[in-house]
Amino acid sequence: MSQSKPLTPKLTIESIPILKMGDFLLVTIQVDMHDRLSLTLQDDLASAISKTNARGVLIDISAMDIVDSFTARVLANIASLSRLLDAQTVLVGMQPAVAITLVEFGLTMEGVRTALNVEKGINLLRDSLG
Amino acid sequence: MVHISKEQLTLQVLNSDDIVWIRQSVREWSKEMGLGLVSQTKLVTAASELARNMVDYANGGTVQFNTIEKNGRQGLQLIFEDQGPGIPDIELAIKDGFSTSSGLGMGLSGSKRLVNEFEITSKLGEGTRVTILMWI
Repeated sequence: MSQSKPLTPKLTIESIPILKMGDFLLVTIQVDMHDRLSLTLQDDLASAISKTNARGVLIDISAMDIVDSFTARVLANIASLSRLLDAQTVLVGMQPAVAITLVEFGLTMEGVRTALNVEKGINLLRDSLG
Repeated sequence: MVHISKEQLTLQVLNSDDIVWIRQSVREWSKEMGLGLVSQTKLVTAASELARNMVDYANGGTVQFNTIEKNGRQGLQLIFEDQGPGIPDIELAIKDGFSTSSGLGMGLSGSKRLVNEFEITSKLGEGTRVTILMWI
């Protein structure tokens, strides 16, 4: 390994798409989020909820191979702010290794609802919204 | 006997984009070295926390990647070094729930729980050095 060459080229994406599915919003996080991107997602979701009157938000994190304390805090913030905007958030598809790491780290993400996949997440939202 | 192999790499961490880069580099390296998936995830998470500490509190620093061999066992060692303000009370800093900034207050103590070995030294006005190790 040489001193100057990075192992991985830097890649910067500036926003994460938010899809509308009926009463719900679906966000699929496919990239390793830098801090600014997490905060942009938080702001974009808040505007999207109020603009579309969405009742629920599904955040698919199945492609995320790590959730550190910063990302966990942003995800928990998204859940809190969507609650204030009368929408419910469900985090779907957390990888088992990520769950183990979060628990050992001491982050239990209380107050954030989870489901194993998008389909179960949609059912959870439908049930809780009646 | 601890033997540090010649395969060393040092990366600079100055901002939040570099934290992503560190995460990806640690992931690739630990995968290549044959670390199990859960251990990879723990090491990457700890690296992300420690790299962020350097960005938030010390205007950045460096991360050194070392492969270590001890009693026929291989280990992955990461050294996080900065020239920041230093930590006045390390005992307090690695206690659960401690934070001086906006973090969740568990960066150091949480990272310590994720790895096999954890060592921290700090001098006020000179900087901080955190060494973590994960056995394969």
